[in-house]
Amino acid sequence: MIPRWQTVLFVILLVASIVMGGVLWRLRERAHERQVTGEDPVPTQAPTVAPPEQATLLVANDNDNSLLPQTLSLPLPDSPGARAHAVLGKLLEIYAEPNAVHPVPGGPASIAQVFLLPAPNSDAAEAAAKGETDTGPELAVVNLTGAFAASHPSGLETETLTVLSICATLHANLPRVTEVRFLVDGQPRATLAGHADLTRTYLAADTAPTEGSHPE
Amino acid sequence: MRWIDTGSDRALPACRRWIAARMREHPAVWVAVIALLVAFAQLAAPAKGQTPPAQKFVVVLDAAHGGDDAGGRIPHADGGSQQEKAYTLALNIRLRSLLGARGIAVVTTREQDANVENENRSAIANRANARACLSLHASQSGSGVHLFVSSLPPVDQGQLSPWKTAQAAYITRSLALAGVINSALEHAGMTVTLGRTALPVIDSMACPAVAVEVAPELVTGQAQPTDIDDAGYEANVAEALAAAIVQWRTGSQTEAPQP
Repeated sequence: MIPRWQTVLFVILLVASIVMGGVLWRLRERAHERQVTGEDPVPTQAPTVAPPEQATLLVANDNDNSLLPQTLSLPLPDSPGARAHAVLGKLLEIYAEPNAVHPVPGGPASIAQVFLLPAPNSDAAEAAAKGETDTGPELAVVNLTGAFAASHPSGLETETLTVLSICATLHANLPRVTEVRFLVDGQPRATLAGHADLTRTYLAADTAPTEGSHPE
Repeated sequence: MRWIDTGSDRALPACRRWIAARMREHPAVWVAVIALLVAFAQLAAPAKGQTPPAQKFVVVLDAAHGGDDAGGRIPHADGGSQQEKAYTLALNIRLRSLLGARGIAVVTTREQDANVENENRSAIANRANARACLSLHASQSGSGVHLFVSSLPPVDQGQLSPWKTAQAAYITRSLALAGVINSALEHAGMTVTLGRTALPVIDSMACPAVAVEVAPELVTGQAQPTDIDDAGYEANVAEALAAAIVQWRTGSQTEAPQP
């Protein structure tokens, strides 16, 4: 036999649970209504297309182990990070074309992200640490996709040219980028495809050649 | 003929008396023996200011990849292909034989299809105190032979060399070695390209080091490039590399000791 007080307590708790469930359901509905009414489905601003600008790509050539500057007119965004992503995407698009002189499959999608950071051990890094803005040298961190690294042809020359052309292209279009590091799928990786070292920091200025010269 | 005053023979020990007696019997033989001993002592003792004997000329050959690391796959003109690790081992063995026939001591980082870590390859080269180190590679990209020297900036030889940048103290010598190899390959009629690269194996080598990458040779008037393991092509590459090492040894003998 259940005591009377336990029966009363059970009924009270059951009623309270039902009431609380109803209140929560109503609160959820109100939140949804507020979210829907807060959005304006009517477009208020036309999509903008960045104006085309001159971009210099350092295109690798396997036949003579050289980097050849190639100037193109590209729509480049204002943001330096997006600009770096755009020029590198175009560079890899050239490498993915049929009959490319430096054939590498993958195309623009091979660049996952490009991050620009104040170069370590520089005034820019100290200014950033203090929360100040600075226009000093920058370190670019290029995050490649794993699919790109896996499909890259293996070889000293081809891997070296890919790395150096990325570094030189970044420096040509973003002169503040003086150092470049590489990640693959967000992780450090020993080599690109078995040869070129991806653990070191590359000095972008050293990789920028004069026209048609061999990378030193 | 009296060679020794024997007035005090009685005071001499028995052995000295015996020697004196023999010398009296065969004086010419004993003069020859003494002269030989003096000459030997003169030859054995280094003269003052004389430089120590030159170090042994040792070459390190590093056949890249091996074991689980097959390296690149190099397609053949006939549709087949070859793994990079197999080609580098074959070239390594052929080059070792050619150098051995020329009286050059060779140390190799691997003699079979085995896993060898990059650190071990560099350590083998550094323990050998080598006068030249060649890292052998193969690729399908480009044409001819690609020569690479470390892209580390050159530094003066210090007391201690960081492991990852040990090659920095040898960059100048490595560039000179690459120049000698370039001349030998071009003399053999091959296409050669020169470059700098970041290759961990040679970056840690404390010796003049060059990475040699062999690619199919494009020949004018020939529709298909010559495969890297074509018998004639491989022999030409090995012969040219051996000739370059002999030339490098000749030049090294006239220069100051290694840093």
